[in-house]
Amino acid sequence: MSGATTSNASAALSAVARRGTSSRERVELALAHQEADRVPLDLGGGLVTGMHVSSVYILRQAIGLDPPGTPVKVIEPYQMLGEIGPDLMDALGVDVVGVGRPTNMYGFRNDNWKRWSAFNGTPLLVPGDFPTDPEPNGDILMYPCADRSAPACARMPKAGLYFDSIIRQDPIDEEHLDAAANLEEFAPISDEAVEHIRAEVARLLPSGRAILADFGGMGFGDVALVPGPTLRHPRGIRDLEEWYMSLVSRPQYVYEVFDRQAEIALANLARIHAAIGDGVTAVFVTGADFGTQEGPLISPKTYRTLFKPFHVRVNDWIHANTGWKTFIHSCGSIWRLLDDIVDAGFDALNPVQTSAANMDPRQLKQAYGDRVTFWGGGIDTQQVLPFGTPEEIRAMVRDRMRVFGPGGGFVFNPIHNIQAGVPVENLLALYGAVEEFRGYRIGDPAA
Amino acid sequence: MAALDQLREAVIDGQVAVAVEQTRRGLDEGIPAQTLFDDGLMAAMRRVGELFEEGEVFVPEMLVASRAMTAALEVLKPELVAEGASTSGRVAIGTVMGDLHDIGKNLVAMMLRGNGFEIDDLGTDVYPEQFVQAVRDGAEVVAMSALLTTTMTNMRAVVEAIGEAGLREGVAVVIGGAPITQTFAEEVGADGYARDASSAVRMVEHVLGRVRATNGP
Repeated sequence: MSGATTSNASAALSAVARRGTSSRERVELALAHQEADRVPLDLGGGLVTGMHVSSVYILRQAIGLDPPGTPVKVIEPYQMLGEIGPDLMDALGVDVVGVGRPTNMYGFRNDNWKRWSAFNGTPLLVPGDFPTDPEPNGDILMYPCADRSAPACARMPKAGLYFDSIIRQDPIDEEHLDAAANLEEFAPISDEAVEHIRAEVARLLPSGRAILADFGGMGFGDVALVPGPTLRHPRGIRDLEEWYMSLVSRPQYVYEVFDRQAEIALANLARIHAAIGDGVTAVFVTGADFGTQEGPLISPKTYRTLFKPFHVRVNDWIHANTGWKTFIHSCGSIWRLLDDIVDAGFDALNPVQTSAANMDPRQLKQAYGDRVTFWGGGIDTQQVLPFGTPEEIRAMVRDRMRVFGPGGGFVFNPIHNIQAGVPVENLLALYGAVEEFRGYRIGDPAA
Repeated sequence: MAALDQLREAVIDGQVAVAVEQTRRGLDEGIPAQTLFDDGLMAAMRRVGELFEEGEVFVPEMLVASRAMTAALEVLKPELVAEGASTSGRVAIGTVMGDLHDIGKNLVAMMLRGNGFEIDDLGTDVYPEQFVQAVRDGAEVVAMSALLTTTMTNMRAVVEAIGEAGLREGVAVVIGGAPITQTFAEEVGADGYARDASSAVRMVEHVLGRVRATNGP
């Protein structure tokens, strides 16, 4: 990082030091590539930066927030994410809080909470519309908008801890394919949803935390959404393999879907911005994964021709019309796509899967650290966190703080959600190490 | 251009209709089905695999190539049976218990099919006893996939179940999936790990040699 950045950071730091740094300022400085008092921490600000409910449960128990057996709320049924409440945020020093639409991934509200225990026995609270009666084979089926007259849209296997989409694909009539079929779930946002977002932002602003907002509607091929989990009878291309093939066999169709989606999304963003102003720090734009463990899922050319134009359109609009920063999530090895992804104008990149091929933290920081904020990459969740030792976890957190931290441009977050099955001593080691090493002076060779 | 060349090109480019048309043309011209398979479909899929490993083609291109290959293979199948063609080997493949992710597993199955293997696709959320039954039914190789750190450990139970059934000697076990590593494969007692669909074909060919040496001719 350049000396100029450091001196800017010093000026900003002394300004905030006079009145104490709030969580929100800490995140904003990081996004502005400046150092605050310490590296900001996200846990649960977004649906890709959270923690499986059973891990939240054991963590809350271990740090003594709840009496044994106290259930934890499932705030996102698809990935079974647990609520990261204000008490847990305070305990861990979390700087980010999330705001979303009033309904969840399956189109129903998170309310009328009821008791349930996950298949691994964790005491939970789930929304009233969450199905808890297993099928004869033990699986749990999820219905779009909790409408049991429609075909089920997702399934949690008896031996599982998550839901996955049930593919509902009508036969494809190539001659009559109409992009409108893949746009049913992308509609003008309701007044009620705008009001929900406004009220949530107003409620959370006084917390002093940075708000990461997920307004929806900008998936642009997010394969979690392609199957149409909220739709009773999805039309168009809904099978995932068929969707991936469409990127090369029906590119005009996909382009048209994205083009209309962008148009609807920008109109929605304008209405949301009119309601909330700049209260939100960053906006989740898209979670379409572009990488596998070994390399890009799609070619650089496919990204450039089919995805990038719409990413540019959204980023440009947000930057021209709001004070929000933009956030992209893509798992996997995306090194070969990053020139284009960064060039598309995203401010923050998540989850920075350094466990994938060609995703070396030092190389990433060196190549893109001055242009994009790494919102993730803090700890490997495929090997080290679930299967490593507390010492290995501490060493990795220390290393990641030193590599990604200097000059700002880093929000500490594990690589994607922390899953179930992580030993509690590893969770404690993780957040202990975050606390120990999040001071920026760790990046100073003289320190 | 000759039917075989056009067939290879159509498969690599993922053109279903052309692949089917050129397969029919080849048969009409008297080219043996086995030749159309070996020098047409299999050669094309091997090329696609190479291009994938070289980072020249990607998952969508591989899927459309596999689809063209599958459509052409449907045309060839009755002829291959009539010619008494032999398969490269029989592989039972599935995503392990508790896990519903199958794009990677399906890619491996397609690449194996395109290389002459007979595939017993057990689907997703496959329990150990289902893998054991597939071995009893004649699978020489068991191929398992997992995406999740919470389900990858179920692979060990499958290896153990095959062992408890007294079948471990006669079958090779190969595994793959995003969180899987060579070290993990050794820990759970698998015979091999492959990092992508293309190298999975080579791995299966390699371990089959060992199984057949054990089982005898």
